[in-house]
Amino acid sequence: MDIVGLLKRLTEADGVSGYEHQVRAIVQESFGCFADRTYVDTLGNVVAVKRGTGPDPRPAVMLAAHMDEIGLIVRELEDGFIHFEQVGGYDDRVLPGQEVVVHGRRTLTGVIGVPPPHILPRAERDKPFPCDKLLVDVGLPPEEVSRLVRVGDLITMKGDLIELKGGLVAGKALDDRASVAAVAVCLEELSRLHHTWDVYAVATVQEEVTYGGAITGTYGIKPQIGIALDVTFARQPGVPDDTTFELGKGPTINYGPNFHPKLSDGLVEAAKALEMAWQMEPSPRPGGTDAYAIQISHEGIPAALVSIPVRNMHTPVETAAIKDIERAGRLVAAFISRLDDNSMAKLAWDLGLE
Amino acid sequence: MLLEELSNAFGPPGCEDEVRRVLARHLRGKVDDLSTDALGNLIAFKRGTGPEPRLKVMVDAHSDEVGLMIISIQKNGLLGFRAVGGLGERMLLAKRVVVGEKRIPGVILAPPIHLAKEEDLERVIKIEQLAIDIGASNEEEAKGLVKLGDYAVPSTRFEILSEDGLRTVKGKAFDDRAGCAVAAALADGQYAVDLYLSFSAQEEVGMRGARVAAYRIAPDLAFALEGTVCNDLPKKEDSSPTSKLGKGPAITIMDHSFIADKRLVRLLVDAAEANGIPYQFKQPGIGATDSGVIHLSRTGVPSVTVAVPCRYIHNPVSILSLNDFDNTVALMKAALRRIE
Repeated sequence: MDIVGLLKRLTEADGVSGYEHQVRAIVQESFGCFADRTYVDTLGNVVAVKRGTGPDPRPAVMLAAHMDEIGLIVRELEDGFIHFEQVGGYDDRVLPGQEVVVHGRRTLTGVIGVPPPHILPRAERDKPFPCDKLLVDVGLPPEEVSRLVRVGDLITMKGDLIELKGGLVAGKALDDRASVAAVAVCLEELSRLHHTWDVYAVATVQEEVTYGGAITGTYGIKPQIGIALDVTFARQPGVPDDTTFELGKGPTINYGPNFHPKLSDGLVEAAKALEMAWQMEPSPRPGGTDAYAIQISHEGIPAALVSIPVRNMHTPVETAAIKDIERAGRLVAAFISRLDDNSMAKLAWDLGLE
Repeated sequence: MLLEELSNAFGPPGCEDEVRRVLARHLRGKVDDLSTDALGNLIAFKRGTGPEPRLKVMVDAHSDEVGLMIISIQKNGLLGFRAVGGLGERMLLAKRVVVGEKRIPGVILAPPIHLAKEEDLERVIKIEQLAIDIGASNEEEAKGLVKLGDYAVPSTRFEILSEDGLRTVKGKAFDDRAGCAVAAALADGQYAVDLYLSFSAQEEVGMRGARVAAYRIAPDLAFALEGTVCNDLPKKEDSSPTSKLGKGPAITIMDHSFIADKRLVRLLVDAAEANGIPYQFKQPGIGATDSGVIHLSRTGVPSVTVAVPCRYIHNPVSILSLNDFDNTVALMKAALRRIE
């Protein structure tokens, strides 16, 4: 699979939470070609179903990777300039000097520019520009901006996916389209592997705001187990070592209250069987991924999380290693192919009784 | 469009080769002589049509742009850098750049907001703490791609924002590729005077190129062409916009580096009014241009600066109006025709 090509299409499409339609079309195509059936549910999740070879009724495993991205939203127009608010959360400090796309009546290129340092009083040069002082400039006269842009229109970062050396890529929305690509890799891999369970591969909506897609998607599918794929923090200057992971050294397998420890163990066994590089991620704090929602659907669903290390998270230059994406997909596929009739029984808690 | 090619070209101070090559290709055949000097100034000479002795007019535009220089290659393969010229650290986080002669793509790292402490968010990340990631996983790999002293600039591409109305475009380095493109356009005209177009190096680090170019040319009078500050965004407090987008070329009366020659200001105003060309005066007191060194060359040179207003100069991306650009070309041609 041409992972870079797929990731380029996925990340260059714009899809702020609740407005994922551009991405959805690409996911339907890229998941659909490996699936028996693909559908879109009420909230807009794309669900690709790949039937297992076991006898009816078959258990099902659900995969969840979110396709929404963080962005900005128009708050107010003033003399042809656009005041904005955050949808999901960029660090204000990455915004000055950034190019954006304003999704008005037509798509407009815009710039978030700031005064050059030499015209500012010295006292103002040492503080970050706050979000409410920043403006988007689309280079059009005020009357035209009023005609084309309305309060509530969305703004996304302009950011082509670029290839760095060492098999790295940088772009916007790798959180979490990197995982969407990993799910596509997984489905392709599964078309070569034997699997008895049904697989529901879901590209979820609205993870960045409410986990809404995972909440309703899991309810609709009612899987026996759920695996979320998301991104995690890669090591880089200015971040602590103990909560970050090496880029290019494999996906992380998460342990913590959100995850069923025996599912995590199963992922580790699958990684070892593949002799694949992986990293252990202690995840003491619940939340932050679709696994949080999956775990508490219906009467409770055993959940797991596989994460892809990404640098510069929540910026327009999120950076990931292609081989980590590929490994995450292969790891999950290998795990699924190892599921059998006994798998659910193995998840039972040992009460220590005779 | 020449402006597009110039804006996309790589040319931080001391490394203006690509800009020089674009200009030389464009000017060849349109001028009588093309030459370079020790600092990397490109000087185009166009002989006047008037009787000898002819006045020598220098038209200057600087070829460099604010950029970055690699000053360390770290064990983890990341590149430490410093600004060359006034590229502010507050606009560098999470930007795309190209590095060195091989134009290696890279990104400036920005730690994720999730791992930042509350008080960190109120702090500017200093340039000493920033690094460029080109994807090299260690020092050795990075050294195969980049060397100390290599330059980097934002990888911003030129784009038209509106085809009509203000005819705005966005791109990097309009300060001063806008001036370079205006100067290059003057080569199409015929003038009574001898015209020296100086595409001067190293303005952003102290107007170094223009100083020696002015000495060599020894002009009778000089015009510096710029892309200047245009801070015309809506603001609560009442402060000057410096210049306004779409209101025509900005003529400098005084800035931090010089006081313009009154006769040349008058010449420009008369030329504008006689030809119905819009113009504005730049807010006095802000900025410095090559006129600052040209007017003190040898025994002194009457000088003035004319600029295309550009929003967000010294940012990775700026905006200008092609109407202002065309009017600056028209004003300069009209003014040069008035000199005998």
